[in-house]
Amino acid sequence: MLRATVIVFPGSNCDRDIKVALEGVTGFPVTMAWHGDANVPVSDVIILPGGFSYGDYLRCGAMAAHSPIMRDVVAKAKAGTPVIGICNGFQVLCESGLLPGVLMRNASLKFICRDVLLQVDNAETFFTKCYLKDQVIRLPVAHAEGNYFADAATLDELEDGNRIVMRYCDAQGNVTDAANPNGSQRNIAGICDKTGRIFGLMPHPERLFELALGGSDGRRILESMLLSALEAA
Amino acid sequence: MDATTQTKPEITPEIVAEHGLTPGEYQRLLNILEREPSLTELGIFSVMWSEHCSYKSSRVWLKTLPTSGPQVIQGPGENAGVVDLGDGHACVFKMESHNHPSYIEPYQGAATGVGGIMRDVFTMGARPIANLNALRFGDPAHPKTRHLVSGVVAGIGGYGNCVGVPTVGGETNFDSGYDNNILVNAMCAGLARTDKIFYSAAKGIGLPVVYVGSKTGRDGIHGATMASAEFDEKSDEKRPTVQVGDPFTEKLLIEACLELMDKDVIVAIQDMGAAGLTSSSCEMADKGGVGIALDLDRVPQREENMTAYEMMLSESQERMLIVLKPGSEAEAEAIFEKWELDFAVVGTTTDTGRMVVTHRGHTEADIPVSTLANSAPVYERPWFPPPTPKMILAEWVPAPDTILGALKTMMSGPALCSRRWIWEQYDHMVMGDTVLRPGGNAGVVRVHGTTKGVALTCDVTPRYVTADPVMGAKQAVVETWRNLIAVGADPLAITDNLNFANPERPEVMGQFVGAIKGMVEACQVLDYPVVSGNVSLYNETNGVGIPPTPAIGGVGVIPDVADTADIALKQEGDLLIVLGRERGHLGQSLYQESIAGRLEGAPPPVDLADEIKSGRLVRAIIREGKASAVHDVSDGGLLVAIAEMALAGNLGVEIFPYEGKLPAHAIWFGEDQGRYLLCVDAMRAEEILDRARLLALPARVIARTGGDALVLKGEEPLPLDDLKAAHEAWLTNYMAAP
Repeated sequence: MLRATVIVFPGSNCDRDIKVALEGVTGFPVTMAWHGDANVPVSDVIILPGGFSYGDYLRCGAMAAHSPIMRDVVAKAKAGTPVIGICNGFQVLCESGLLPGVLMRNASLKFICRDVLLQVDNAETFFTKCYLKDQVIRLPVAHAEGNYFADAATLDELEDGNRIVMRYCDAQGNVTDAANPNGSQRNIAGICDKTGRIFGLMPHPERLFELALGGSDGRRILESMLLSALEAA
Repeated sequence: MDATTQTKPEITPEIVAEHGLTPGEYQRLLNILEREPSLTELGIFSVMWSEHCSYKSSRVWLKTLPTSGPQVIQGPGENAGVVDLGDGHACVFKMESHNHPSYIEPYQGAATGVGGIMRDVFTMGARPIANLNALRFGDPAHPKTRHLVSGVVAGIGGYGNCVGVPTVGGETNFDSGYDNNILVNAMCAGLARTDKIFYSAAKGIGLPVVYVGSKTGRDGIHGATMASAEFDEKSDEKRPTVQVGDPFTEKLLIEACLELMDKDVIVAIQDMGAAGLTSSSCEMADKGGVGIALDLDRVPQREENMTAYEMMLSESQERMLIVLKPGSEAEAEAIFEKWELDFAVVGTTTDTGRMVVTHRGHTEADIPVSTLANSAPVYERPWFPPPTPKMILAEWVPAPDTILGALKTMMSGPALCSRRWIWEQYDHMVMGDTVLRPGGNAGVVRVHGTTKGVALTCDVTPRYVTADPVMGAKQAVVETWRNLIAVGADPLAITDNLNFANPERPEVMGQFVGAIKGMVEACQVLDYPVVSGNVSLYNETNGVGIPPTPAIGGVGVIPDVADTADIALKQEGDLLIVLGRERGHLGQSLYQESIAGRLEGAPPPVDLADEIKSGRLVRAIIREGKASAVHDVSDGGLLVAIAEMALAGNLGVEIFPYEGKLPAHAIWFGEDQGRYLLCVDAMRAEEILDRARLLALPARVIARTGGDALVLKGEEPLPLDDLKAAHEAWLTNYMAAP
């Protein structure tokens, strides 16, 4: 089974979407946890959803990173519970120090909502093992601050550690400037920690998990969670 | 300070005029009160009697619109209209303008327009599921246009994206007629249970009146009055009357209100929109047939030393007024506390029939509720019909050098270029139910947890309405209907946003009356009633008015979203069939405007009987899964529609030569109504043609899919990549220019 918990912050707005997608794909009920709670229930995976936690006041994700429940999320993550942060959730992971770097304003300075192509660089993590390495997939982005930035040393460290999980690419899998929707360093769309169990991703897998919505490439992330959890059990 | 001197200055004719009341209207007020009003009372009457709140110029004509039908649960008169989607689901929807504020402060004006319309929808117990917008800007060459486009689009996105409601459709026009008066019309649709719809009638005596949401500040005072007057050179000075929105608070307010609505504690609920606390409290009390006592000392305030006048007229955003069942205050307060929103019991319903407002121990207003709500003047403004335009013959309009060259010119200009730059700034997928995204005939979102879909569109072609208001408005209603049909929906009902200039000018009133008549006819014949709407008058600067713009928002239902159609061509070797009568009508066409350089004649006529026949056939073909792509033929005509389908599918077409008697450019660019393009498997074409023939509807095969260009015999092929680049470039380049 899969015990997944979605953390709901004031202003989260993709919390229901990921719950519906994950329940639809795995068949296991997903728990919602309120940001003001002290503890996360025992979980196989914790999800920080997309949205505008605290209205993006101060900086995206900055206020949420100091929510009461985040102390327990950080503690559990450090103790090995897998955590995925999608979009605003990725920003929260960076702000809370679980992942390096920062997500800056898009190079275009505009919010951007469109499908993008991604190359799966690391298909061995808790969240991506159902993909093939170098597979090109299509997922939507919807953000104004998805421009990943870190200093060169950090970027090299990420690259050397195979921690750049997904990059923006073209249909042939070429990582080009033209394929980069937001100006991210090295076309980074998603990174993980050293264990591959803490994953931040700007695109939204929950928005393309069934053909009725126009695509299902996001499904594999949800299936990977289930498979990984089953393997761990 | 002596409160009496503070709040009871002498009411001079100048003060009356500043409140937008005519001497006659002020006399009417004196007759009602039988004494001189306090300043607060004058303010209350001025907003309630403003054009924006009272519909005093339009009311007599609005009454003629069809508003009922078996699908209608709630027609006009509530916060929004409600239609039945079947299976216990209801769609709550409305469109509303924020024209005046958006011109003065585009970001906040547009943002608060979106916020306001969403509140109208969730007030009724519906979770908002889709936003749309209809935008009109001035000539691209006008020095303010770029700034206004940039601000309005950012404002709409900034608000809707944060709240987390997808923006799935809309339309944008550029025309010099809007240079000094842009139009920003926002539409929202929400989903409710038919047995859990909330209304605004505060029935019952001694019930607690509760204020929730944001605190009250001094912003937006007199917004409704501003929206009821013309602009002049000093309009920019009205910036302080534009409200400031906070989408984060709106998101919390939605969640808190929907959570409260799950409990059985609400008697009535209404958002504080135009005219804020005044309008909401007065309307709730009037509909409930009760009096209301408000204690302004208890109103959560953002600024110090606010007067009763300011609090009653403030249009601060993200506020609601709720009448609760007695004893449920604590339960309700706990919910708002959880969402960190203000909650205050500010009054009670009474048996006096009067609205009594007290502040710091003084009675600031004491007005009979029913009179206040229902005594606004009603004007039968003089009007005369516009001259009937003459039909022009296609032969009178010059032919282009090449057909495909003209197509490329048209599709790479402001009228027909891609709107991607706009809608990519809107989150159109949040909530995880968007089936058809922007850029097609209509947006489609799933009814959450089901396979049913809600289709939404908004349309009007102002150049048609300008030439012939009756036909133009009829066309606008029908175009929404056709767009819903083209995605396989059953059209249910419309909302409208009637944007016109100064109704005190008889020619403008004539446009308004004509548009209503056209709408009445189309709505009746199509069984497509009006369930909500908004009128925006005085869109005029220094005596120059906007083109008449009755924007129509249509809503339909799709039984199963698996049976819908988009516009993208999908596979090589399919055939494109055009269904509907081809007359080569070039009057008021985009071809005439952009290639021939003029705009004249009558707009294309609408044949409602044919519309019903072709609409039913197209919907049946979609539901049977026999069309792989469908597009209605509208702006720019047949060739533009074909090109849009090719671009959407990234697949070329070979267009068969036209061998009839009309000039080629009239066939390819004529804007004849009632037409659809259907992309079908070659094996099925004969069946489709036969079915059309049985209904006496003309239909012919006009193209075959394949290749990577638009190919027309006798002309150089137009590579899709070229067309795409030109089509996508215009708006992006325009907005990127310094």
